[in-house]
Amino acid sequence: MTSSQSVSSPENGRNSSGDSLAHEIHNLTGVDPARCYQCGKCTAGCPMANEMAVGPHAMIRLIQLDRRDRLMRDESKWLCLTCETCTSRCPNEIDPARLIDGLREIAFRDHREKTPARIRAFHESFLNQIRMFGRMYELGLVIWYKTKSGALFDDVATAPGLITRGKLNFLPHGNQDIASIRRIFEACVEGKDHK
Amino acid sequence: MARIGVFVCHCGENIGRTVDCARVAQALGELPGVAHAADYKYMCSDPGQALVKQAIVEKKLDGVVVAACSPHMHEKTFRRTVSSAGLNPFLCEMANIREHCSWIHEDCEAATVKATDLARFMIEKVKHNVPLQPIRIPITRRALVIGAGISGIQAALDIADGGRDVVLVEKEPSIGGHMSQLSETFPTLDCSQCILTPRMVEVYQHPRIKLYSYSEVDAVEGYIGSFTVRIRRKARSVDESKCNGCGECQKVCPNRKIPSEFDVGLGKRSAIYVPFPQAVPNIPVIDRENCALYKGRARGAKKQACGRCAEACGRQAIDYDQQDSFVTEKVGAIIVATGYQLYSIGKQQEAENLKGYGEYGYGRIPDVIDGLQFERLASASGPTSGKILRPSDGKEPKTIAFLQCIGSRDPAKGMEYCSKICCMYVAKHTMLYHHKVHDGKAVVFYMDIRAAGKGYDEFARRAIEESHALYLRGRVSKMYREGDVIKVFGVDTLSGEPVVIDADMVVLATAMRPQPGIEALAQKLSISYDGHGFINEAHPKLRPVETNTAGVFVAGACQSPRDIPDSVAMASATASKVLGLFSAEELEREPLVAHIDPALCVGCFHCERVCAYGAIEHKEIRDKNDNLIKIVAEVNSGVCQGCGTCQATCPSKADELEGFTDQQIYAEINAF
Repeated sequence: MTSSQSVSSPENGRNSSGDSLAHEIHNLTGVDPARCYQCGKCTAGCPMANEMAVGPHAMIRLIQLDRRDRLMRDESKWLCLTCETCTSRCPNEIDPARLIDGLREIAFRDHREKTPARIRAFHESFLNQIRMFGRMYELGLVIWYKTKSGALFDDVATAPGLITRGKLNFLPHGNQDIASIRRIFEACVEGKDHK
Repeated sequence: MARIGVFVCHCGENIGRTVDCARVAQALGELPGVAHAADYKYMCSDPGQALVKQAIVEKKLDGVVVAACSPHMHEKTFRRTVSSAGLNPFLCEMANIREHCSWIHEDCEAATVKATDLARFMIEKVKHNVPLQPIRIPITRRALVIGAGISGIQAALDIADGGRDVVLVEKEPSIGGHMSQLSETFPTLDCSQCILTPRMVEVYQHPRIKLYSYSEVDAVEGYIGSFTVRIRRKARSVDESKCNGCGECQKVCPNRKIPSEFDVGLGKRSAIYVPFPQAVPNIPVIDRENCALYKGRARGAKKQACGRCAEACGRQAIDYDQQDSFVTEKVGAIIVATGYQLYSIGKQQEAENLKGYGEYGYGRIPDVIDGLQFERLASASGPTSGKILRPSDGKEPKTIAFLQCIGSRDPAKGMEYCSKICCMYVAKHTMLYHHKVHDGKAVVFYMDIRAAGKGYDEFARRAIEESHALYLRGRVSKMYREGDVIKVFGVDTLSGEPVVIDADMVVLATAMRPQPGIEALAQKLSISYDGHGFINEAHPKLRPVETNTAGVFVAGACQSPRDIPDSVAMASATASKVLGLFSAEELEREPLVAHIDPALCVGCFHCERVCAYGAIEHKEIRDKNDNLIKIVAEVNSGVCQGCGTCQATCPSKADELEGFTDQQIYAEINAF
């Protein structure tokens, strides 16, 4: 660790309101990163750990160390599948999956430019499907994602198989209570107050 | 007119910084009944105490108030001082102007006024103090030791060698405890049984030790110096006075497939059995749950289902109709040394917080064993005669994964505490494995290596450097069986890389827990225990082997996880405490106990219901013609701890706590 990346460096660890990353993520998720003693059981069971430059336990360590820039730059957090194996086995009941999700929220909010374009495109496409139809419309997701990301010919070979197996319907599935979904979106995303 | 002396202490700067001690002394000196008032830098120092003594003699004082620190700190000191000047020690009181005043206030003026007030209240109290004489209780100079593992054995031998009789109670058929199951011991790798069995024999042959094996403490009554203990002698179904331990009965027993407790399920035993060849006493016991004869009786069969052991016994020692019997022993002190059990992760747990580890497959995968089972595999007296062979197919494992902190340091699924010994015994296991299987690979998953102790860290390093154990820092997430191997999914957090090990066998270093039933025993003894069941010591630093009940001491792993050297040291410490207690024929106790006036007592026994120590007894009052007038409450001053709860409860004001009588307390309050 070089001196410019010291643990308490404000330009590294603090957000615009001067909050430490650990404190901010604690408030955001209700999970206290200080409870982690770095046993690594989360990384040991993580199906994506081999693909991650920074494993789940190391992400939590970097949160403890206030290494905001390093975490925002690193793409490992986007690889989490939220399968919650880590959460179910964590000896300290810390919920690493929720912490990683919190990292994504902060990244999406404060560091959009550091989020890889394809990942951003996918998450936005996914949420748009839910917002519009109340549930996943796979074909819509594919079209939206490909338009946004420009990755027009990725995975095209899998399409026939998906269609024949009925995994890629041409029409969206209906949702009986789309109004409730809208209200959830308004409350969460647009911040409107609903009683 | 009273002649009270008041001594105000500065406690260096502790009191003097906030309280103007000279002014306090001056103000108090002017009060009626105060014959002498002085202040001094350190009243507890030799010159300070000399001031007190001098004033008592010169001014003929009949009461002393020391305004200084908490009575917890120096009440004893000043009472001794007063006593050496010829005044009854209970005519001395302390006013706490440090913890209750100078340490918690900043305003000097107000603190000075408060200090004066606090001392003034005590002056009013002392005016009503009366001389009290210490209580003397005769001591039964015999000790009871509960549990005959290494701690209990050590304590019993030390006390017996010190010249006092010992009653040693062990619930298992043989003494020796867990230490008898171990192969070698860290950090010297000496054979556990080789160092333990001579001690076991010594206990058995010692003229001052009375051993009750296969027995449990049933009930305890009394108090320090005078306990009455009822011991249940469980029916062995074998007459101890006739049996000579020849072993013929075990040879003929038809049921020989019972998992052996001693071998932790890895070996088998018969229904009539001696737990292990060096058992003390070497007398078998019939396991009635598994014996064909008793199973037949339970079914109501008219014909005796078996009886081969009785036929084989040349001494007619087998007694199928033996019942549990009880003996009563009188002792003056009790040592609790009930030891530990391992957290059994494969079984249904009794408590909700002990969820266990489904992901490790203990109980489902036969080659996942615990640390004590590995000890049996490595032991020359074990089921494999010391060869490391895995339970499933008897093959020699070429890769063993050792997992530390299973249950320990895991608030979600077990216990949040560190079990202390696992780092060391895992290091030992890797060495034993390396010595026996030269081409074997030991992989250790650890979180921290806690090797504090003489020669301990060097030992752990030897496991890594000389026995080439691979230490990986990280917890294992899951394990499952694939073909012939166990896939172990772990991580090395130091490199950040996930690791998958193909292990032939896995050893779990499971947490140490107190023995089952410890809570019930603690309740019988009126001693406290923590949330895990470990016995609480009276003070974590200064009274580590005493409990909160006078005369009851604690040794070994029933107090907290500890290894053999620590347990032995603690056991010797309890023995020295007991011998110290037994050094006098009578026990001297502070007379600050409750007293009930039989003339005022109406016999409602509210006091009995609130007394936490069982100190209230019933006493019949009779006239001269022996007609019963009434039954009143009486305090057993040997048991009473002077808490005062009975005094507060008594509706007829018959109950008074010496040193804290209503009159004294009201005098203090009225002075306010």
